[in-house]
Amino acid sequence: MASVNQLIGVSIAYVVFLFAVAFFAERAAASGRRGWLGSPLVYTLSLSIYCTAWTFYGAVGYAARSGMEFVTIYLGPSLVMIGWWWVLRKLVRIGRAQRATSVADLISARYGKSNTLAIVVTIMSVIGVTPYIALQLQSVTLSLSIFAGPDDAGGFSQPGGAFWIAVGLAVFTVLFGTRNLNANERHDGVVIAIAVEAVVKLVALMAVGIFVVWGIAGGIGPMMERINTSPIGEWNVDRSRWVALTALSAAAFLCLPRMFQVLVVENQDERHLQIASWAFPLYLLLMSLFVVPIAVVGLDLMPAGSNPDLFVLTVPLAEGRIGLATLSFLGGFSSATSMVIVATLALATMVSNHVVMPVWLNAQGNGASVSGDVRNVVIFARRTSILVIIGFGYLYYRFSGGGAALAAIGLISFVGVAQFLPAMLGGIFWRGATRTGALSGLIVGFVIWVYCSLLPSFGPDVVLSRELFEVGPWGVGLLRPEALFGIEGLDATVHAVVWSLTLNTFAFVVMSLMTFPGPLERLQGAQFVNVFDHSTQTRGWDAAFATSEDLMIMSQRILGPTEAQNLFRAEARKQGVRGHLPEPTQAFLQHLERELAASVGSATAHAMISQLVGGASVSVQDLMAVADESAQILEYSNQLEAKSAELSRTAGQLREANDKLTALSVQKDAFLSQISHELRTPMTSIRSFTEILRDTEGLGQVEKTKYASIIHGETIRLTRLLDALLDLSVLENGQVNLNVESGRLSEVLDKSIVTAQAGAMRPLTIKRRHLDEAIILTTDLDRLNQVFINLITNAQKYCAAQTPILTIEVHRNGENVSVVFADNGIPIPVQSRALIFEKFARIKDTEGDGAGLGLAICREIMTRLGGNIRYAPDLEGNAFVIDLPRSAAMAAQ
Amino acid sequence: MDKHVLLVEDEMNIIEAIRFLLSREGWRVDTHSDGATAVEIIRKLRPTLVVLDYMLPGKNGLDILLELRNDPDFVNLPVLMLTARGQLRDREQAEKAGVSRFMTKPFSNTEVVTAVRDLVQLAR
Repeated sequence: MASVNQLIGVSIAYVVFLFAVAFFAERAAASGRRGWLGSPLVYTLSLSIYCTAWTFYGAVGYAARSGMEFVTIYLGPSLVMIGWWWVLRKLVRIGRAQRATSVADLISARYGKSNTLAIVVTIMSVIGVTPYIALQLQSVTLSLSIFAGPDDAGGFSQPGGAFWIAVGLAVFTVLFGTRNLNANERHDGVVIAIAVEAVVKLVALMAVGIFVVWGIAGGIGPMMERINTSPIGEWNVDRSRWVALTALSAAAFLCLPRMFQVLVVENQDERHLQIASWAFPLYLLLMSLFVVPIAVVGLDLMPAGSNPDLFVLTVPLAEGRIGLATLSFLGGFSSATSMVIVATLALATMVSNHVVMPVWLNAQGNGASVSGDVRNVVIFARRTSILVIIGFGYLYYRFSGGGAALAAIGLISFVGVAQFLPAMLGGIFWRGATRTGALSGLIVGFVIWVYCSLLPSFGPDVVLSRELFEVGPWGVGLLRPEALFGIEGLDATVHAVVWSLTLNTFAFVVMSLMTFPGPLERLQGAQFVNVFDHSTQTRGWDAAFATSEDLMIMSQRILGPTEAQNLFRAEARKQGVRGHLPEPTQAFLQHLERELAASVGSATAHAMISQLVGGASVSVQDLMAVADESAQILEYSNQLEAKSAELSRTAGQLREANDKLTALSVQKDAFLSQISHELRTPMTSIRSFTEILRDTEGLGQVEKTKYASIIHGETIRLTRLLDALLDLSVLENGQVNLNVESGRLSEVLDKSIVTAQAGAMRPLTIKRRHLDEAIILTTDLDRLNQVFINLITNAQKYCAAQTPILTIEVHRNGENVSVVFADNGIPIPVQSRALIFEKFARIKDTEGDGAGLGLAICREIMTRLGGNIRYAPDLEGNAFVIDLPRSAAMAAQ
Repeated sequence: MDKHVLLVEDEMNIIEAIRFLLSREGWRVDTHSDGATAVEIIRKLRPTLVVLDYMLPGKNGLDILLELRNDPDFVNLPVLMLTARGQLRDREQAEKAGVSRFMTKPFSNTEVVTAVRDLVQLAR
C-alpha cells in the first residue's frame, strides 16, 4: 500500500505541475502568443469541470446503487451541447456583448442592471454551491483515507486533511484567479490548468475501466455477460426520475456559476462552441463508458457494505495496482480541484462585484470613484471572497458530517442553481420578462428549494425536526417538506425539482405579466432577445459614399436652411473649395453629426448620416437608441402638451376673472353714476331754489313758501337716500349685527302696518288672517319689520288700483313659513322682474321719490336672516313672498 | 326772434326751477318728460332752444342729441345738456355728438341763464 505521505507528495507535485502549466500559459497569453491556448480543444476540455469528483467517483456509486440512472447526469449537458444553436449560442453571444462576468451579472443586466437581482443570485449561488464544494473536499479526503487504510488510521485524520486541502485550493485559486484583473475576467492560466486536469481525469477513469474490462473481466464478451447477470443491467427505469434528472442536469449545466464561467466568460471565440457541441458530448461519453463495468466488477469483487462511490479507487487497490490507483486518485483529485477552483472563482467574482464593492463604494462616499485604490480593493475583495467561500465549503463539510452519499449532495446543489433557469431563459427569449417577475421567481424557487431539498438533506432533527417531516409545520400536513401540497410518493429529488421549478416559473411569468418593464429593462430586454439581429459597426464613416448635396438637403431639414447653409459654407471655406458645398470628409461628417445631434439627439443623427453615407446599414442598436430618444422626446412633448393645456386653462380662468372684474367695474361705474344721479338731482333743486330765494327780489309769500317746501322735501329725500345707502352698505359687507329675539308674527305685522301707514298720503286697505299669524318667530325682528314696512310702503306708493288693497297671508308647510304680500295693482312687467331686487331699479322713474334701494335692502336683509324674498308672478296682482328662515318659526302655544 | 325753449326733464322740481329762470328771461317754456317721444315733440314744436336732461325714461339725452344732429333741420339747433351722472365720459360723448353746451347738475342759476343767452347770441 502506498503511504498517505507518498500520495500527498504526488499530489503536491501534481499541483506544482499545474502551477507551472498555468504560469506559462499566462506568460504566453500575456505576450500575445496564444496559439493553441485559444483552441477549441482547450475550450471543450475546460467544460469538463462539469465532471467533478461527483461524476468521477459518484457515477460508479450511482450506477451500483440505481443502475443506469446515472446516465441522466451526462445526458442533460449533452443535449444542451448538441442543441447549442438554440440556447448556448445566444447565451454566449449575449454574455460577450454585455461583457457579463457571471450569472448574477447577466441576470441583473437583463433586468435593467438591477443590483438587487445580482445580490439575490449571488446569495443563492453561494448557498447552492457551498454543499458542492464541501462534496469535493469530502471526496478528496475520502479517497486519501482509502489509501491510508483502516490499519493506518493514525497517519491521516479526515477533518485535518480536508482543512489542508481547502487551504491548498484556496491558495491556488487566489494565485491564479486574482493575479490580474482583466476587464473580461478571463483566466488563461486557470483554463489551461483545468484542461490538463480534464485530460488527467479522463485518462485515469479510462485506465481503470480498461483494467477492469480486460484485466479483471477478461474482455468485452465476458464483461457483457457479467453486466447482464448483475442487477444494474436490469434497466429498471423510473421514468419520472429520468425526465426530471435529465432536465435538471441540463438546467444545472446552463446555470451553474462555474459552467457560466467556462462556457461564456472564458469563451474566446464563438466558433469554439460549434466544435464543443460534439466534442464535449464525446468527452462525456468516454467518461461514462466504463462506469457500469467498474460498478459491476466492484459489486462482485468488493466485500458487501463497501462504499461503491470509491470503487474507482478500491478496485485497483484490491487488485494491488498501486500505480493505477494513484492515477485514479489523481483523476479524482483533478475533478475536485478543478471544480473548486473555477466555482470559487466564479462565486468570488459575484460576491466581490455585487456585494463587497457596492458596500465599499457606498462606505467611501462619492470620493473614491476611479483612483488607484479601487484596483487593489477589488483584488482584495476577491481574495477575501475566495477564502470565505472555501471556508464555507469546509464548514459545511465539517457540520454535515460527511455522511450523505455524494450524488445526493450534487443533486441538491443542482436543484438550487436550476432556479436561475426561468429568469435566464425567459430573459433571453421573452421581452415581456420583468425585473419583478425574475425576482419573484427566484425567491419563490429558492425558498422551496431550501425548505424541500436543502434543509431535509441534513436529515431529521438536525435543522428540521422529525415531527416536521411527519406531520408538517404547525401540524399542517400540506406543508410537509417532502410531500408538499399532499403530493406523496414522489421521489424527493423529483418532488423538489417539480415544485420549485414549477412555482418559480409560475411566479416569474405571472409577475412579469402583471408588471411593466422600466425603460432600461425594455432596452436591455431587446438587446438580449434580439442579440443576433444586432450588427456591430464602428462609428466612423466611409466618406466615399456620401454626396454633399444629400447631406445638405438633410441638414436643411433638421437645422433650417440658413444655419445649414452657413455650416456648409464655413466648411467649404475651411477646405478651400469654391462654392458652398464642401467635400464630405471624415472630419466634416463627424462635425455634422455632432451639429445634428444637438438638434435631434445623437442616435438619430448617427442613424440619419449612416443612411446617407450608405454602406453601413442602421443597426438594431441604433434603432433602439432612436426609439429611446423618441420616447424621451415624446414624453417631453407630452409634458409640453400638458403644460400648454394647463396654460390655456389658466388663460381661460384669467379671461373669466377679467370678465368678472370688467363686469364688476361696469357695475361699479353704473352704481356710481346712479348714486351721483340720485344725490345730484335733489341737490340741483335745492341749489336752484335757494339761489332763486336769495337772488329774486319781490317774490310773493306763496312762492317763497312753495320753494322752501321743495327745498325741505328734497333734503328729506337726500337724507333717506343716504340712510338707505348706508344700510345697504352695512348689509352687503356683512358687518351687520343681528339682534335675535322672539316674538309673535302677528305683533311684528301690526307694528309694520302702523309705521308704514303713518303719514301715508293714499289710503290702503290691508287684509289679514290673524289666526294664521299665531306663530312665534326667533330672528332679528327689527330687520324683519323693516322688510315688511318696505313692502307695505311699496304697495302704498305704486299700487295702481283705484282702491288699493293689500292682502297679507301666512302660509305654513311643516317647518317652512312664508308671508305673502299681494296687492291688487298691475303686475310688474316680465322684462323688469329680474331687476327689481337690484339697486336703483325702479319700474318707472317718474313715480315716487324712492331711490330704488328698498327691495335691494329687503333682499340683503332676508339673506342675512337666512330666509328669502321673491316676486311671485303666478299669484294675482303684485305679490311678494317672504320665506322666513327655517327653524325661526314655531307655532305659538 | 321767438324765444321758445323746450325743456326735456323728468324731475318736477327741476322743471319748476328752470321754468322760473327762463320765463323771467322772456322765454316761452314748454316741458316734456319722456325721452322716447322727445325727438317727435321737438320736430313738432320746432323750439329755438332745447334744454335736455341726460337721464330720461325711455331714451337717454345722448341718443336724442345724436338723432337731432342727424337731421339737417336740427344740425344747428342749440342744445343745452344737463346731467346728474357726473361722468367725464358723458361730456366727451356729448361734445362729440355736437352738444352746444354741457352742464353738470347741480348748476348755478346764473350759469344756466348766461349759457342760454350765449347760445341764442351764437345762433343768431
